[in-house]
Amino acid sequence: MSETKNSFEAGVGSNALKTPERVVFITSKTSAQVKERADRQLMSYPQLILREVIAFEVLTIVLVIVALAWDAPLEQLANPLLTPNPAKAPWYFLGLQELLHYFPPLVAGIVIPTLVVVALVVIPYFNVNIKGEPLWAAYRSRRFLIFIVSVGLLLVFLGLYRAWTVLVPTVAIAGLTIVSFFQLKRPYRLISFLQTRPLSWWVMTWFIAVSLTLTVVGTFFRGPGWSWVWPWR
Amino acid sequence: MNTMTFEEILNRLRATRAWRSIFRRGPARTNRTRSLAIFGNVFLHLLPVKVREQSLRVRATYYLGTISFFMFVVLTLTGILLMFYYHPAVPQAYLDMKDLRFVVSNGVFLRNLHRVAAHVMVIAVFWHMFHVFYRGGYRPPHEFNWAVGVMLLLLTLLLSYTGYLLPWDQLAFWAITVGTNILSAAPFFGSQLRYLLLGGNLVGENALLRFYVLHCVILPLVAALLIGVHFWRIRKDGGLTLREDYERDKK
Repeated sequence: MSETKNSFEAGVGSNALKTPERVVFITSKTSAQVKERADRQLMSYPQLILREVIAFEVLTIVLVIVALAWDAPLEQLANPLLTPNPAKAPWYFLGLQELLHYFPPLVAGIVIPTLVVVALVVIPYFNVNIKGEPLWAAYRSRRFLIFIVSVGLLLVFLGLYRAWTVLVPTVAIAGLTIVSFFQLKRPYRLISFLQTRPLSWWVMTWFIAVSLTLTVVGTFFRGPGWSWVWPWR
Repeated sequence: MNTMTFEEILNRLRATRAWRSIFRRGPARTNRTRSLAIFGNVFLHLLPVKVREQSLRVRATYYLGTISFFMFVVLTLTGILLMFYYHPAVPQAYLDMKDLRFVVSNGVFLRNLHRVAAHVMVIAVFWHMFHVFYRGGYRPPHEFNWAVGVMLLLLTLLLSYTGYLLPWDQLAFWAITVGTNILSAAPFFGSQLRYLLLGGNLVGENALLRFYVLHCVILPLVAALLIGVHFWRIRKDGGLTLREDYERDKK
């Protein structure tokens, strides 16, 4: 990097990967703007506005149809003396309620949700692997060892708490990660896709898989006393 | 009889003093007037004047952010209508639900619409976030907008959750009881936090009123504010991140 005279002058010929494209060369007389791209630009009015209006109309029609067909439930008047079994939270919190079944309330109800929110917020502030390099691209054996040990510990922990509905999706995603480690001669398309995925992709996919499993199980597969039930019985 | 085409009527309308005082531009036939249509409008100026052709493709976004926002609009409109028929009191709230079903014209439809839109909004906001993540849309310079998005996700959940209590039926009461019991597990001031939210130790009349105020005033206002910031930052951060950008940056 060349010597800079003031803090607003960036070095010349900086690598777009090291300093991603949004970094602008701000000279004293221009305002910050994102680097121009080659592809075609359209006027927002009417191109974008028109599409949004059409999207709104289509959505409204769909909503009206669903609202006509699907009635909102209304049960008996609230009665603090009559506890339903099971008492369930709204569907988007049933994943948490399922976690509460396994872990103490402080962990499942406070620590984990807080950690998830904090993790989501800080994701972009760590410029780790901004190139999105595949997990198994370098330091293969070392990374594999770290992966096996950490996932193994996690599985032991989940097993000790008998948290099967967390354990199963974890095993599934970890299995896919391990499958993508081996370099096959003629891999399937899914596997060759997985082989290009960075660690962040795996973590997020694992998070989604676990959340989805917990929510589905909590919604459909839990009955009285939070016991396992089959929804079709 | 003198008949006019729609175009002529429109032109005559545009020539009126009132119209010109509002829009201050001619018909949007040139790029200049089209730009004016965006940045001359207090609401539309949150959007960029030009957009990349690729970012308008359905596959670029699946319109997930748009869907989330439209759900918010639908929920606001149906919510205001529902407020005309609702009293946040025990047991009047429940009786109002019965009235919506049996007395109010299209009351069932109104409530259904509000509820369906709420579910769709929760799903759309989640999906939107995951989609943005997989496209690398959180990466700099979009960090702050991603954080605003996470806050909007929390607000969406809180909006849906506070609305859940309002019908005051068994479903509502016990869902809120189960949910707020978790709060008391928070360290140091858990039970105080729960007391603050419920206005008491149990889900009762005070809790209903608090949830009502949160649901109808505080949370929607904060959400509307953040939605504005969220849209505006898309423009300020240089538009959407496309899969093509992400893949190219990798090379």
